[in-house]
Amino acid sequence: MTKGAVRFEAVTKMFGDVVALKPLSLDIAPGTLVTLLGPSGCGKTTTLRLIAGLESATSGRILIGGEDVTHLSATYRKVSMVFQSYALFPHMTVRENVAYGLTVTKTPRAEAHARAEEGLAMVGLKGFGDRLPSELSGGQQQRVAVARAIVLEPEVLLLDEPLSNLDAKLRRHVREEIREIQQRLGLTAVYVTHDQEEAMAVSNRIIVMRNAEIAQEGTPFELYDRPASAFIADFIGDANLIGVEVTRTGAETEILVNDTRITLPLAHDKTGPAQMVLRPHQVQLSPEPVPGSFAAEISYAAWLGNVIQYTLATPVGPLFVLSPPVAHPFAHGDTVHVNFRPEDVRLVRTA
Amino acid sequence: MTGGPDGIGDKIMRRTAGLWLLIGLGAFVLLPWYATGGGFWSFGWLPTLFAGDAPAVLWMAAERPWLMLPLLGLFGATLSLGFLGHSVTLARGLVASGVLGLSALVFEGLTILGNGTRFGLFDGATQPGMGMGAFVTSAALLFILTTGISGLRRGRGDAFITGMVGAIIALVAVFVFYPMSFILIRAFELKDGAGFGLTEFLPRFFAPANWSVACLTGNGSCGVAVNSALLGLATATGTTLLGLAFALIFTRTNFRAKKLLRVLTILPIITPPFVIGLVLILLLGRQGTFTVFFADLLNIEKTRWLYGFWGVWLAQMLSFTPIAFLVLIGVVEGVSPSMEEASQTLDANRWQTFRHISLPLMRPGLANAFLLGFIESVADFGNPLVLGGNFNVLSTEIYFSIVGTVADPAKAAILSVILLSLTLTAFIAQRTWLGKKNYATVTGKADSGRHAALNPALRWTCYLVAIPWAAFTLLLYVLIVFGSFVKLWGYDHTFTLEHYKRAFGIVVRNGVHFTGAAWDSYMTTLTIAGIAAPLTAAVGLATAYLLVRQKFFGKDAFEFSTMLSFAIPGTVIGVAYVMAFNFPPIELTATGLILVIVFIFRNMPVGVRGGIAAMSQLDKSLDEASITLGANSATTLRRVILPLMGPAILAALTYSFVRAITSVSAVIFLVSARYNMATSFIVGRVENGEYGIAIAYSAVLIVTMLLAILTLQLIIGRRRLRRADRVETA
Ligand SMILES: Nc1ncnc2c1ncn2[C@@H]1O[C@H](COP(=O)(O)OP(=O)(O)OP(=O)(O)O)[C@@H](O)[C@H]1O
Ligand SMILES: [Mg+2]
Repeated sequence: MTKGAVRFEAVTKMFGDVVALKPLSLDIAPGTLVTLLGPSGCGKTTTLRLIAGLESATSGRILIGGEDVTHLSATYRKVSMVFQSYALFPHMTVRENVAYGLTVTKTPRAEAHARAEEGLAMVGLKGFGDRLPSELSGGQQQRVAVARAIVLEPEVLLLDEPLSNLDAKLRRHVREEIREIQQRLGLTAVYVTHDQEEAMAVSNRIIVMRNAEIAQEGTPFELYDRPASAFIADFIGDANLIGVEVTRTGAETEILVNDTRITLPLAHDKTGPAQMVLRPHQVQLSPEPVPGSFAAEISYAAWLGNVIQYTLATPVGPLFVLSPPVAHPFAHGDTVHVNFRPEDVRLVRTA
Repeated sequence: MTGGPDGIGDKIMRRTAGLWLLIGLGAFVLLPWYATGGGFWSFGWLPTLFAGDAPAVLWMAAERPWLMLPLLGLFGATLSLGFLGHSVTLARGLVASGVLGLSALVFEGLTILGNGTRFGLFDGATQPGMGMGAFVTSAALLFILTTGISGLRRGRGDAFITGMVGAIIALVAVFVFYPMSFILIRAFELKDGAGFGLTEFLPRFFAPANWSVACLTGNGSCGVAVNSALLGLATATGTTLLGLAFALIFTRTNFRAKKLLRVLTILPIITPPFVIGLVLILLLGRQGTFTVFFADLLNIEKTRWLYGFWGVWLAQMLSFTPIAFLVLIGVVEGVSPSMEEASQTLDANRWQTFRHISLPLMRPGLANAFLLGFIESVADFGNPLVLGGNFNVLSTEIYFSIVGTVADPAKAAILSVILLSLTLTAFIAQRTWLGKKNYATVTGKADSGRHAALNPALRWTCYLVAIPWAAFTLLLYVLIVFGSFVKLWGYDHTFTLEHYKRAFGIVVRNGVHFTGAAWDSYMTTLTIAGIAAPLTAAVGLATAYLLVRQKFFGKDAFEFSTMLSFAIPGTVIGVAYVMAFNFPPIELTATGLILVIVFIFRNMPVGVRGGIAAMSQLDKSLDEASITLGANSATTLRRVILPLMGPAILAALTYSFVRAITSVSAVIFLVSARYNMATSFIVGRVENGEYGIAIAYSAVLIVTMLLAILTLQLIIGRRRLRRADRVETA
């Protein structure tokens, strides 16, 4: 079954002289939720609009469900989109909005309205059909937009930063709802966000974009556990990036950091300068020296409730650390001893 | 043959092209190819369909074999649809067929003109002007072409959009560029058909009669071109300053009678062009009320100062200040108060703030108002005709060289070229002056700050200029009403209904008889304006939609050409239409259709501007949502965009309706005995010295337009309320 599969073959997009997308190839498996993640201006929206058919590719091929749709207009693609601004039609009631896609494709009115009601029930808005969009809260409007997109039973559902207009609490709730509906209906969904936590929470796979191309793609765990670059390491979860010298490669890798040799249980491709990725919660602090530790001074400490956040001044530069809460945390100016487990460390090439 | 990777897009292209092919063939076989005597919609041609009003097939088989040429295109389309399987190949086939058919049609149309032929081809052939059959066939060929273009796999391939672009380009080409080319051809024609060149044109173009500046040096009168240019500059400067004064009073003061001012600024827009000149004569002319009064009082000589530059200027100031005001109030309101506040916090005083911040930010508005004032002034025909005296300007000269005792079309063409170069120079100068600087303070964003008040000196200057002016305008309107109810203004002020009776008399005897002399032109005017207004709004808004929402090849040129038609004065358009549409292939003179068409293309630019403004405020994601939900562009336009554009549509309707009623410059050449318009009827009365009836008629027109505007405003008002509470949070 290829229904719902999305495939880009070396697709590029130019706006005049602006390169919005360098040759980009990707495959999205049917029934999965894939997130496009990346900093502002990296081409996420452009990619999404190319799938929807709202922009035409400058070169390359786009396939949906195995069919070449590169030159098919948006009207005829089996794709629906949820817009950041919701784009509800202000002059139609909620029911008319949800039924719109059905009525314009010549579904009989009664059936269209019945299915619209089902769609509204699915997003928990039963009984809101006669209201106007302006008579709903932001979160409700968002759900109407989702209902309007899914009643058409699209092969692919596209969502462009659907939650950015909602407050933090509601955002978490609605994103779980969207994920739940997507799984229940077995839809392929492509989700654009620049919030990495949101991406980690809902996605089967994440495609991280940067400068109009894909920086790395994989499951949330893969991206976190095996970042391919300093950019990814920093973007997916927080990371300390420390400059090191790789002195020996092979099945194990030996690095030189601050005059200390450490052997890491991982492979790296070449010797020379590299960057060590150390996650903030993988750093252990103790008041007394332990084997392999080095001393540092606390330059900033904050108690955040469930964690304590420190910034340390170390010989290799500032180090950002998250520690479990204790009764007597370290204070500004304290000297502490820092160590970490070599198996927690990842290496990436210097940017 | 379909399916495969081409799928649904291919099918749609086939279906659309097939439909247009059928329509084209149908028109070719079933509709009268040439223009029919009684007009198409009277269906008088039905009984003679296979005789005098035959369709193209019959003509082709008999004496006019060249009609086979357009058939080539339809034939090509048939072959393409029948034999070309691959969708890009098919699209190319359709494009080629469309181009072939259209160029064949244009070629035979421009070669065999009525009784003559050109280029030494088809000797002895004749044919009348094209009719419904030719029109539908060319439309079909055009849409076959555009459907083909949509399938070429460039861009998103929407046949509706390419069709719309094609249709508007074709309309502008046929009804703006084609007639304008006649002016150029006439202007550069050599004597006795010796071809084209500059030898005739240059001396006549640069003749002292056009360009003499003698009046400035004090010995003699100036050339007409210089007169027009001076008048245009004076009027543009005056209306811009006065408009600015009004706009400042409205936005930056607490003046009490703003409502009344507003009405006074609208009235001149709906006043037929001669009325103001006429009332001025009755007041300030040699026998005018004021003149006589002051002459007796101060014992000074009565002069004819009104008939000349200053009289025309005064009348134009009265007529065109409202336009400048309407342009400027938007801009003055749009200057963001936060900028002014920022300036004041930097310790600038009010005058410095106005001088260095507000004024520069209003620059685009001032430039626009100035340009509009200039174009309106040099194109104005009514006021110079009534008040000009020995002061001749281009528009009246053009008129007299067409309708005068010695008709001289070549002179009219050359004068039109001069007039056009004046307006185009102004147009280009304005664009250059504004340059590419960004004046983006005019955003749609709500600013909470308050506008800086004017400093007292400036405020009092505004009051002193604007209030007497407003009072004078008010007086004129009172006098219009007064003048229409007295026997002979200035001589016999007894009350009478005579003028109204003569113009709008109704006799009820064996039914209702409209015996008044004006009924005919009144009804024609309302009908034609009523037909033209929705069409103008449609063409204007469609163009705006394409400009704001669609991307297509050549969009910049497309935008420029729609803007350009705005710089063509009405007089010039009128002359061009007379020259172009008086004989085959398109013969329209003396029909009502030509009036409708001239209004559409004269007033379209304003519809475009209004549409662009309104469309830019509609979030683009609304149409995109509709498209991704499976609606095509046509459905989106109908169900989403149009319902949300209510106010813009009604504004465009009102404007084009009013302009169609009050316009005179273009119309004066195009009216006929059967289709006479109100304004040209009034010109006739004025020329005969029947002022009473002219004024009475004008008063009726003013009231008619007021009623129309109020009705539309009521609808707009209601719509706005409903829209507001619906749009709010979306
Ligand atoms: N219509 C356009 N014309 C010109 N350039 C454009 C256009 N649309 C997008 N771009 C450019 O293409 C690039 C990618 O834009 P895109 O909207 O895809 O970014 P994005 O990743 O969605 O960013 P954000 O997170 O800010 O929404 C940007 O550099 C943008 O300036
Ligand atoms: Mg975006």
